[in-house]
Amino acid sequence: MRIRIDRGRCQGAGQCALNAPELFDQSDDDGLVVVLDDRPPPALRHKARLAEQLCPNSVIRVLEAEDDG
Amino acid sequence: MSVASPTPFPAPLPTRRGCPFDPPDGYGELRRDRPISRLAFPDGKIGWLLTRYEDVRAVLEDVRFSSDRRHASSPVRAFPVRDGDPRIPGSLIGMDPPEHTRYRRLVTRWFTVRRMRGLAPRIERIVADHLDAMERTGPPVDLVEAFARPIPSLVICELLGVPYAERADFQRWTATLFRLDEPKESVYAARDALWDYMRSLVTVKRQLPDDALLSQLIHSEDPSAGLTNQELTGLGQLLLIAGHETTANMLALGTFALLCHPEQAHTLRTRPDLVDNAVEELLRYLTIVQFGVVRVAREDIEFAGVRILQGETVVASIAAANRDPERFADPDELDITRSAAHHIAFGHGVHQCLGQQLARMEMRAGYPALFQRFPSLRLAVPADQVPLRDDMFIYGVHRLPVTWQG
Ligand code: HEM
Ligand code: SF4
Repeated sequence: MRIRIDRGRCQGAGQCALNAPELFDQSDDDGLVVVLDDRPPPALRHKARLAEQLCPNSVIRVLEAEDDG
Repeated sequence: MSVASPTPFPAPLPTRRGCPFDPPDGYGELRRDRPISRLAFPDGKIGWLLTRYEDVRAVLEDVRFSSDRRHASSPVRAFPVRDGDPRIPGSLIGMDPPEHTRYRRLVTRWFTVRRMRGLAPRIERIVADHLDAMERTGPPVDLVEAFARPIPSLVICELLGVPYAERADFQRWTATLFRLDEPKESVYAARDALWDYMRSLVTVKRQLPDDALLSQLIHSEDPSAGLTNQELTGLGQLLLIAGHETTANMLALGTFALLCHPEQAHTLRTRPDLVDNAVEELLRYLTIVQFGVVRVAREDIEFAGVRILQGETVVASIAAANRDPERFADPDELDITRSAAHHIAFGHGVHQCLGQQLARMEMRAGYPALFQRFPSLRLAVPADQVPLRDDMFIYGVHRLPVTWQG
């Protein structure tokens, strides 16, 4: 699994940092998303998908196939 | 599922509630039979009402729908437009990208998850102080007056740098702005008073800056900032209004809901680990932005099988969406053990609530502390005598008389 983001669309609502703090944070400079781990370990994959669903601006894309294993 | 054809007979927005915690009667049928229906506005125009979760999310993500409400119809009698009034400068809630983006970027870093978590000790202190005061006064008390209204007001005042001592004024103006059927002249007077108040505060902050948000925006080193006094005034008043009015109603109405669902209150008291779930579930279940979120079609749009014409107003009912059985199992049950993270009580898309992490911190500090301090907390009047805010733009209760064993 691989996490991709389109930072230009981010509005800093923080759904990602709230619901998947192991994978996402918000920058102190602009409040926008920062990916902490773009290849989440298996135990965190459901959180990556949750963040993808909750992001109100379709910033987060989870690519299932890439780099699996 | 195919979309049933919209009714040929436009109806006004349903507003009569059977149960104080459920959306007004009629939304359930609309969502099932006519999820995209024609809506008759009080100004005589005809637009659209969306009630399904997927449709509401789709419209709020779609940039072809504008947030500039100057030419929108209001689904309830509120927010009269005065001839010659310019759009409020800096008030990003009524702007579209890229203009919206500029202002949102200036304030986003002030409301991040981490920053709001950093406020937790201060918020918990404020909550404890108000609980102490309730104990000193003794039962019965009006929980709105003693707890729900002051806490978010004090928090947002400290965050912005607004003198808390002046709250009576801005709370009164906000109430006037958000009351339905309020005479136009009185709304205009409140609008002007709030504007003048914030305008003079901005002038003061230019002379005597402090560490709080308004001053920081004025003295920001960010070259893109450079906000005019007009913009600062508009942005400041938006943050002040949105920051105290909404959370106050969630605290009071949420407590009312918990008192009427004692098994849920019991779970909250005994399972502190569920507090985050409880907050999301109360946001979903109660959806206090009761009349939905308004957008205007910038062009003719084919949307989920209907044709929405340029200039038509669309009301996205987040309250109905949050009760959509296709998204939430047993949507009409309050169940604080469920994961309700997908609710859209804070909206969706670029305008999704800027202050949501602050609101969450206030609620997660507020509810458990209240129920732990007063384990015997109960209503001091029959539930059907609690005055509901059917007449206000933001739903809640006007008063919540409570008592406990002292
Ligand atoms: C439980 C409490 C709250 C609820 C239910 C709530 C709800 C909402 C909703 C539904 C929107 C979207 C409006 C739209 O799309 O047109 C919104 C936007 C906004 N809210 Fe909140 N809100 C709450 C608390 C707060 C607080 C504490 C603040 C404090 C700063 C705040 C500031 C804002 C601002 C500035 C916007 C406009 C954002 C933009 O246009 O980008 N809200 N809120
Ligand atoms: S949820 Fe989306 S919009 Fe919000 S901070 Fe994360 S990436 Fe940005």
